[in-house]
Amino acid sequence: MRLRKSSIAASVVLLVFAVAGGAGCRNAPHDPFPPTGAVADWQKNGDTRVYAAKDLWQYIDGDAEQYIQAGVISAATSDYMYANHVEAIVDVYTMNSPAGAHTILARDGSRAGKAARLGEEGVAFEQSVTFRKGRYLVRIVAYQLAPDTPQALLALAAGIEARL
Amino acid sequence: MKNRREFLKDAASSALILGSSAAASKLGFGAALRGNAASAGPKVVVARDPSIESAQLEEAGVLELLDRAMAAYTGRDRPIEAWKHIVPSGAVVGLKVNGLGGRGISTHAVLVKAVAERLQQAGIAAANIVVWDRNARDLEACGMTINTGSSGLRCFGSDLAGFEDEPVSCGAASVRLSKILTRTCSFVISLPILKDHSFAGVTFTMKNMYGVVDRPDALHGNNCNPGVADLNAVPVIRGKVRFTIGDALSSVYQGGPGFHPEHLWRPSALIVGEDRVAIDTVAWRMLERKRAEAGLPTLEADGRAPLYIATAADSAHKLGIGDPTLIHRMEI
Repeated sequence: MRLRKSSIAASVVLLVFAVAGGAGCRNAPHDPFPPTGAVADWQKNGDTRVYAAKDLWQYIDGDAEQYIQAGVISAATSDYMYANHVEAIVDVYTMNSPAGAHTILARDGSRAGKAARLGEEGVAFEQSVTFRKGRYLVRIVAYQLAPDTPQALLALAAGIEARL
Repeated sequence: MKNRREFLKDAASSALILGSSAAASKLGFGAALRGNAASAGPKVVVARDPSIESAQLEEAGVLELLDRAMAAYTGRDRPIEAWKHIVPSGAVVGLKVNGLGGRGISTHAVLVKAVAERLQQAGIAAANIVVWDRNARDLEACGMTINTGSSGLRCFGSDLAGFEDEPVSCGAASVRLSKILTRTCSFVISLPILKDHSFAGVTFTMKNMYGVVDRPDALHGNNCNPGVADLNAVPVIRGKVRFTIGDALSSVYQGGPGFHPEHLWRPSALIVGEDRVAIDTVAWRMLERKRAEAGLPTLEADGRAPLYIATAADSAHKLGIGDPTLIHRMEI
């Protein structure tokens, strides 16, 4: 039963990304969320939750305004676990243009972060990675800082980038 | 000819009204805030304990900090007496937390449990204490366990309890209030967590009330001004939400209201009081000082000064005192 529920949720995510990607892109992206084991030692926990722009406030409340102003279409989010000791959350925002994704990335305040070779632009901190690929903005945040957290986040980010 | 005190008072008041934190800084606004302990205005206690500055907050340390804050606020050294002074006997007490920011930056469960423990010792039955927020996800983000039963500390969201059918007007917007506020609780303690807010500038005790309505998005226009003030002026909120135990154990000074670990900050403090405007004023200044330390622009320079605080203090809302020179701030 749980498997069936997960399958339905995965189908919804695929549909959302297919619809978003279909509006002007020849190749609709796959589900951007790597399943368990697709990236070494990363486990995907639970279903992916998807919010349309009009419902984004339910997920991020007041933060939704800046995404709406930048042209967000939808946001998808899922929990992850790395090697049983680092929990993380992945958000994938589908914007209506690369410029919108850039606007959010620039506004996030990346002065102190390290540039990350992900997508067209990216920034990495010890506990978070944010990057843009086309009109997709991806943000990964870890809840624990362990010695291997920064590298693990970059590996997961690369796994997501490859699926976009 | 005004003396220095009058000049500072006027200048700081004007700075607040205009949202001019840069001007306030130039005029020694911070010094005014620190130097007014003898003020007869509303008391706000800022209790700190740098020794609890860690990701794993110790229960005993937080309870002790809470006791110190309550003793300073009430003038009663015994915690039970302090709580009895604040909470009426027989009350059904709501603890309105803020779990919106997710697990990294939500009201800490260890603080919620410390408050609940002292309330019970002061004679409030566990079943008459309700920990609540918008929904189960937000509560779990705080580290709370949902309990919809009739015994033990209750914990559930407005998603379960529902909202009143009849909307209330907040300026141009209409929202429906949580039944936990309107029907379940007779006395509400706000337990917000101090955060930067990409739109409102600062989110603390007044902004925490956005979690008691069905459509908070309807109140976000114009940087939440006058949305925050209008909402807090709704009679049932003004009347029932009467005390704040503000969680500044950790905070985000940039990138909020979501969790941005790169901007995480640990003030290791509780901000306690009854005057919601005064509390938000003190919290705003704390956040501005941290932003200045980090080399960030003031919220005003960033185009998001929390002007709703001055609106809440105006003659139309009369929710409290926003003039920092009139606030009796106690740092302990």
